[in-house]
Amino acid sequence: MPEYHPFLPFLVAALLAAVTRGTLRSIIMLLAPVVGGLMLLGVETGTLVQYQLMELTLSPYRVDALSLPFAYIFHIGAFICVLYSLHLKDTLQHVAGMLYAGSAIGAVFAGDLFTLFIFWEILGLSSAFLVWSSRDDQSVSAGVRYLIFQVLSGVLLMAGALWIWVDTGSLAFDVIGLEGGAAWLIFFAFGIKCGFPFLHNWITDGYPASTPTGTVFLCCFTTKVAIYAMARGFPGTELLVYIGAFMACYPIFFAVIENDLRRVLAYSMINQLGFMVVGVGLGTALALNGAVAHAFNDVLFKGLLFMSMGAVMYVTGRTKASDLGGLYKKMPITTALCIVGAVTISAFPLVSAFISKSMIMSALIEEGHGIIWMFMLFASAGVLEHAGIKIPYFAFFAHDQGIEAQEAPRNMLGAMSIAAVLCVAIGVFPAMLYNILPYDAPYSPYDMTHVLTQMQLLAFATLGVVFLHRSGRYPAEVPSVNLDFEWVYRRLLPGIYRIVVRTLQIIGDFIGSYLQSWSGNLMAALNRTHGPQGTLARTWPTGSMVLWVAVLLAVFLVLDFL
Amino acid sequence: MQTQNNNKAGWADRPEIQQRIRYVLYIICGLLVIADLLVSRYTYLPVEDIPAFYAFYGFAALVGVVMLAKILRQLVGRGEDYYRKNKKESDGNA
Repeated sequence: MPEYHPFLPFLVAALLAAVTRGTLRSIIMLLAPVVGGLMLLGVETGTLVQYQLMELTLSPYRVDALSLPFAYIFHIGAFICVLYSLHLKDTLQHVAGMLYAGSAIGAVFAGDLFTLFIFWEILGLSSAFLVWSSRDDQSVSAGVRYLIFQVLSGVLLMAGALWIWVDTGSLAFDVIGLEGGAAWLIFFAFGIKCGFPFLHNWITDGYPASTPTGTVFLCCFTTKVAIYAMARGFPGTELLVYIGAFMACYPIFFAVIENDLRRVLAYSMINQLGFMVVGVGLGTALALNGAVAHAFNDVLFKGLLFMSMGAVMYVTGRTKASDLGGLYKKMPITTALCIVGAVTISAFPLVSAFISKSMIMSALIEEGHGIIWMFMLFASAGVLEHAGIKIPYFAFFAHDQGIEAQEAPRNMLGAMSIAAVLCVAIGVFPAMLYNILPYDAPYSPYDMTHVLTQMQLLAFATLGVVFLHRSGRYPAEVPSVNLDFEWVYRRLLPGIYRIVVRTLQIIGDFIGSYLQSWSGNLMAALNRTHGPQGTLARTWPTGSMVLWVAVLLAVFLVLDFL
Repeated sequence: MQTQNNNKAGWADRPEIQQRIRYVLYIICGLLVIADLLVSRYTYLPVEDIPAFYAFYGFAALVGVVMLAKILRQLVGRGEDYYRKNKKESDGNA
């Protein structure tokens, strides 16, 4: 039996980080994932801690084969993120970062929907503080938009969980399946955090607005927790195959024309999540293993790419492709590490993405999804362009902008190196990762066909880039904003709102002026009778009053006699 | 402020090295196509039987992505201060 919940080391570290400074804080924050990780090595699958809270049976700590790989990578990711952000003196970021990483771990161990909801909310709120930590106008408004999506996801999850509880009397978080209203609510709660199409802009809007270190934290946890939750609740939901394929394809086009390199990576993340969502949707042992393995690897290679762009931003203050170039001379180590990340995300043989993505691709073909497979292959070639070539090329090569720069701080280089070594190690020794995957589905990525076909795809896609470049068809990087779905709620809806307000104003003015003229007439009429000159406002002599009273009495007298 | 050192061309800026990298790529591509003709790989879908299918597909996919993205840029590309301008307008109205 474990002695404490794995969230605890992170909670303690967050509390202590708030009151300590300097080296002591660094040690405390580095220790949290180490202590938690070591404890995890001794935990057995099947561990279940349950509490009775009135009528509810809560399972805040459930360890099984599906939650463990996520917990492992979250500990590794947390260690890398903390190391990467050690040079900071920003208490807010450190505390938010520790809570954020811890709540991701809490969420994957949640055995019931109530516990999941609690960690889901901490995850959303703490990460919003990471977006805000840039402390500029842009990050404040992006953070608010980010938080709205997180809260919406939380509300849907809570509503769905309550509905399920009322229906079944149980809050256990197991396979939910897409039947009934409650299931749909939870499906969309998870879907928002997975970056479903049209619900994805919190990623492309929020991530690039955060600090160099904040973005690295952000890219590791939320979306992977969502993939875990999807794999737990909705494995084999066919709809996910089509959603995932769409997610894998459409961000590529935006990534190609996007100028902000961290936003390119955000689009690239949705593309990678698409592969995982497809794996979950297929639901076979091989496909689910592929989704879990790809999520595991994505933390490392996407983290590595975000770290390299963060290092560039930290050193030069720039992230836009049109402002960067030629940094390979001044940041050779960062350049090399970025290239390792780029090669990995492109899924060349001998790096980690190859051994996980090929599982999903094989599962697709085995399940007879030939057309979706063609789309995913197309998406794989697209990854090479925007993440494999564009990111390192525009940041470190392209046109030398003569930017003053030096190599990134040592802690950043150390964090990037760990991620890079793991990317290659998992690619070379896939058994390291395959041994911790949840389902029994033996797979061998390194056979002649896989290696040959993948190399052909990637080599000729690279040839395509060379062809476009040499023939002058490759689009130049220009400072721009590309309108995505967020335009609907950042411009269209506010625009409609303004038009409605203006229309109401006009109607109001019309009614107002009508009322005014009507009330003016009324006032004039009243004025005529009651005004200073009005008949009823005249001062009458007392004599006439007495006369009329006498007349009145006389009338009564006459009436009485009649 | 640029020092002379900053402007010195590095190895990657030298045309002959760029050319050498390209030649290596061409050779790799050539070898991969030859290997495809020699090795019998297993296939699931009929399209995979086309010789060097993955090579054609990779090249076509990439060129297609970039060309379509250029059209997309015509449709959705706006000035860098697009949303900021919008914000100022709405602030002004408020």
